[in-house]
Amino acid sequence: MTHPCLVTIDSRSAPRVLFSGDQLVEVDLPTGTRVVYPKPPIEALKDVDAAIRYAINHPHNSEPLYAKLKPGMKVTIAIDDISLPLPPMRKPDVRERVLTIVLRLLADHGVDDVEIIIATSVHRRMKPFEVRHIVGDRIFGAYWPKKLYNHDAENPAGMKYLGTTEEGEEVELNKRAVESDLVIYVNLNFVPMDGGHKSVAVGLCGYRSLQAHHNPKTMRACHSYMDPSSSALATSVERMGRLTNKHLNVFTIETTVNNRMFDRPLEFLAKNEDDLTGTERSALRALTFTLSKLPQAARQAIFQKVPSPYGVTGVFAGETEAVHKHTIRRSYDQYLVPVSGQADILVSGVPYISPYNVNSFLNPLLVQCMANGYLFNLYKGVPMVKKGGTMIILHPCTDQFDNEHHAPYIEFVHRLLPETRDAMELHKRYEKKFASNPAYIEMYRSGHTYHPAHPFYMWYWGEAGRQHLGRMIVVGADNEYIPKLMGWETARTMDEALRMAKHTAPPRPEILALHTAPMLMTEMSARDARPAGETSSQPPLA
Amino acid sequence: MAASYFDVDGTLVTTNLVHPTFFYLLNQPTPLHSVAKLGRALFKAPWMALAETRDRRLFNELLFTSYEGLSEDRLLSLAEEAFETVMKPKLYPGAKDLVQVSRDKGHDVILVSGALDFLMQLLADHLGATGVIANRLEIKDRFATGKLLRPVVAGPEKARLVREHARGHGHDLDECFAYSDSYSDVPMLSIVGHPAAVNPDRRLSLLANAYHWPIIHLAA
Repeated sequence: MTHPCLVTIDSRSAPRVLFSGDQLVEVDLPTGTRVVYPKPPIEALKDVDAAIRYAINHPHNSEPLYAKLKPGMKVTIAIDDISLPLPPMRKPDVRERVLTIVLRLLADHGVDDVEIIIATSVHRRMKPFEVRHIVGDRIFGAYWPKKLYNHDAENPAGMKYLGTTEEGEEVELNKRAVESDLVIYVNLNFVPMDGGHKSVAVGLCGYRSLQAHHNPKTMRACHSYMDPSSSALATSVERMGRLTNKHLNVFTIETTVNNRMFDRPLEFLAKNEDDLTGTERSALRALTFTLSKLPQAARQAIFQKVPSPYGVTGVFAGETEAVHKHTIRRSYDQYLVPVSGQADILVSGVPYISPYNVNSFLNPLLVQCMANGYLFNLYKGVPMVKKGGTMIILHPCTDQFDNEHHAPYIEFVHRLLPETRDAMELHKRYEKKFASNPAYIEMYRSGHTYHPAHPFYMWYWGEAGRQHLGRMIVVGADNEYIPKLMGWETARTMDEALRMAKHTAPPRPEILALHTAPMLMTEMSARDARPAGETSSQPPLA
Repeated sequence: MAASYFDVDGTLVTTNLVHPTFFYLLNQPTPLHSVAKLGRALFKAPWMALAETRDRRLFNELLFTSYEGLSEDRLLSLAEEAFETVMKPKLYPGAKDLVQVSRDKGHDVILVSGALDFLMQLLADHLGATGVIANRLEIKDRFATGKLLRPVVAGPEKARLVREHARGHGHDLDECFAYSDSYSDVPMLSIVGHPAAVNPDRRLSLLANAYHWPIIHLAA
């Protein structure tokens, strides 16, 4: 009995509609292809404020928040940045709700020295309207910009070295947080990779600390990023987080959301195409047509400017690790679709958004990060595709960058990638020098630009996928140059891509397709996908 | 070692060459001298405005004729006051940080400006820059002649001076940085491996976008 979210294509199946950037593309997948759909959204909490109050009053492995408060103490609240969730959630953002309750509690206990830091690490600084969206008008008006501000990882006077872990990882964090009597972290957990020790130990750190785990060696040892128990990255961050929590008094508040990314008029995008009603089918056709005719800026506006109606599904508070266990469980409840049997060919559309291009364009380096990094890693257990298998993605791979947000990416893609695609070589030969480029650092500090180390991280993010996959074929690229830079092959149509993939696949290749977005994850087991007797009924590909 | 070459007016400070010139003209030995000097400068203003649109070097030469007859002693003794009252308050927030980050990365930091060398030296000392390429007034018998010594630091000449400086100090231009706000400095920006536009004017902004040069907004 397969999970209802795992659909096998038969001869009567309708074409699947997958994202190719901010366009929708109809593809005919061969009979026998298994398509993984997102689970329906978990029902949201009815009274979020009550859940927040309950969580902070009944924390896991910690005394309640009120018991930690003393008049006159110095408190720093750190919050996740705009990369979570995707797209930003409809107002009120759950962080606003948590902050409202926590700030009131602090005021009631005579705690006046409160600063709120947006834990951007080396991400771009959030713009005032983005901060306002997250924290709400009232908090924004009262705290911005003196007591509510972006973390600055390149301010030498604003960082403090804490110590080194037993594995030699250097922990240097935001000085205000280090010198506070209490640090409250308000997290919004979108994927299982978020939260836990990553919140403070990464969100408030700088380049010095990131080097410990944001490197090709660590990324190669992650199986997968979305499964903290099998992620070398998570293990390293955990060590650094434990050291952090030895020095800092951290109270963690984590929240989970469901995967209601699209509001009612677009909800059908998450549905099995065979189950669409007549109206939904017409709407899908109309949307696909409209998107194909609109200019890119208008498509970006449609998808990114409209906040998502995510519902809050859980609020957990207390000691970091104890809290995170509950968060991960809740996150998996929403996302995990059990799938048995790895595929020879994995097919996925690459949607228009990633954590790093909110309010900007998904540039080629981010497409790579999404494909080799995030989409490849949407599994728990074994990889979705066999070692040496092929991944087929749909994306135009347009050679376009946001000059403000992604300035260092441009030089990385057009100057460094032509030199080498080898992550180890990029790391050894170029990273340190590039990451210390004063112009980019100034853009990071005073503008809204990602730190110059970030494009390297985006490349390393694809390292696990690159090491595992034999081939990557991109369908619908509007140029040959970018796919070639990425080390990818190109095909004009899905049929052509499947024919190409078949050359290096077994005679009757197993094909698995991901129907994302909204967000989904597979719980993969390695045993043969086809039950006995089913194999012969599957027609060969093409 | 790499070097960072910074244009000054509009890049690190909001002032331009005219502001310190006015300061000097207003601070003549007597008010009558000041009025006479200002009158002469105003008479030349239309020509200067025209020169600014055509040739930055010509503009510089016309502007600095206003210094004719000023004693060397007066120029130097007023320099500190001119710097403190005219330039220092007009430094962009972040200018010092940008220079400091370059110094932290081990760069030689050179201010390249059409302004006068003694004023630029004071700014360099304040910012922690290591050198100055700036205009020098011709002094004859301890008085300024109103002429500039060659080479005049402006436009394409800046590029040649930067190249010469880099060669003389063993800097690889591909590794060097240059920062400017003005389209007139495109030659200087073009010869280094890492050009950046700082608070760029419209034409430079368009060019920087087209060539994907970093754009820094220090005033933000």
